Amino acid sequence: MQISIYLYILVMAVVTYLVRAVPLLLSRKQITNTFIKSFLFYMPYACLAAMTFPAILGATSYLISGIVGFVAACIAAYLERSMITVALIACAAVFVTEQIIRWVA
Amino acid sequence: MASRKQAFIGGMKAGIPIALGYFAVSFTFGMMAVQAGLTVWQSTLISLTNLTSAGQFASLSIITAGGSLVELALNQFVINLRYMLMSFSVSQKLDRRYPFFHKFFVAFGITDEIYGASASRPGKNSPWYHYGAMALAIPGWTIGTLVGAAAGEILPAIVMSALSVAIYGMFLAIIIPPAKKNHFLWIVILSAMALGAIFKYVPGLNKISSGFVIIIITVLVSALAAIIRPIREEDGHAD
Repeated sequence: MQISIYLYILVMAVVTYLVRAVPLLLSRKQITNTFIKSFLFYMPYACLAAMTFPAILGATSYLISGIVGFVAACIAAYLERSMITVALIACAAVFVTEQIIRWVA
Repeated sequence: MASRKQAFIGGMKAGIPIALGYFAVSFTFGMMAVQAGLTVWQSTLISLTNLTSAGQFASLSIITAGGSLVELALNQFVINLRYMLMSFSVSQKLDRRYPFFHKFFVAFGITDEIYGASASRPGKNSPWYHYGAMALAIPGWTIGTLVGAAAGEILPAIVMSALSVAIYGMFLAIIIPPAKKNHFLWIVILSAMALGAIFKYVPGLNKISSGFVIIIITVLVSALAAIIRPIREEDGHAD
């Protein structure tokens, strides 16, 4: 049986809201446990890194343009450009690479 | 009354750049959602009800693969767990003179960017500051998705291919700069990526769906990092 798209949307909306609301509604004091604090501190880095690579290589029409986009974004991020600038540089790098590939092929 | 209005306007000022950034990113979300087989209305509804980047992008692959609701729920829980930390922090900073019910509404608008704006202000925050930022950020995110989803049906393939890496650029812009100051984060980032490659290409492991792979890697790497190098106060969250 196929799950309705709306059921998917409902589940993700409820989970996301609860994650945001529960600490705000219940918390009276700071978290003191070092392991939990450390775990929560490292989590965004591990999660976003795992979501980015290798998925970025398969997001584009060609493997090469994905690699070029990834490297360009890493360099721009390392130079501490704003989020939107890094995103646009990655897009531009992919676009130019794919134009070259089509022109050569 | 005047101070509510002031706080609301202050929030709106912070909300202008946030809304513009959201528009651009949610445009690519709308485009990819339609590409994944959702309708324009469904894509827009996801953005309106979720207001989150990483979680929404990850949900697309689970929905198209026909993944289970448990997988989706766990995946969203892990990816959005960072909001818990922000929510704790917001609760410390929210002015307690306002009635409790405000927390239900403020919670919906806890995003990386709105949190960043409210956390960087001195003193206690009025819920009306959050509402001001949300009043622009939510329409920016939702309308961007709507326009992107509508455009996704007509944009040429080469433009779609280029725009599809925008979200990854954003993620890298979030995780790389802090690693220049805290070098241990390089190890965290590179291990997560290396594990990602292993789960993607090693026979057997590549049978595990992408939603679960993100959960496994995030929990494993963060737990190991927390054991190997527990944070000291000065590494902690910038708030």
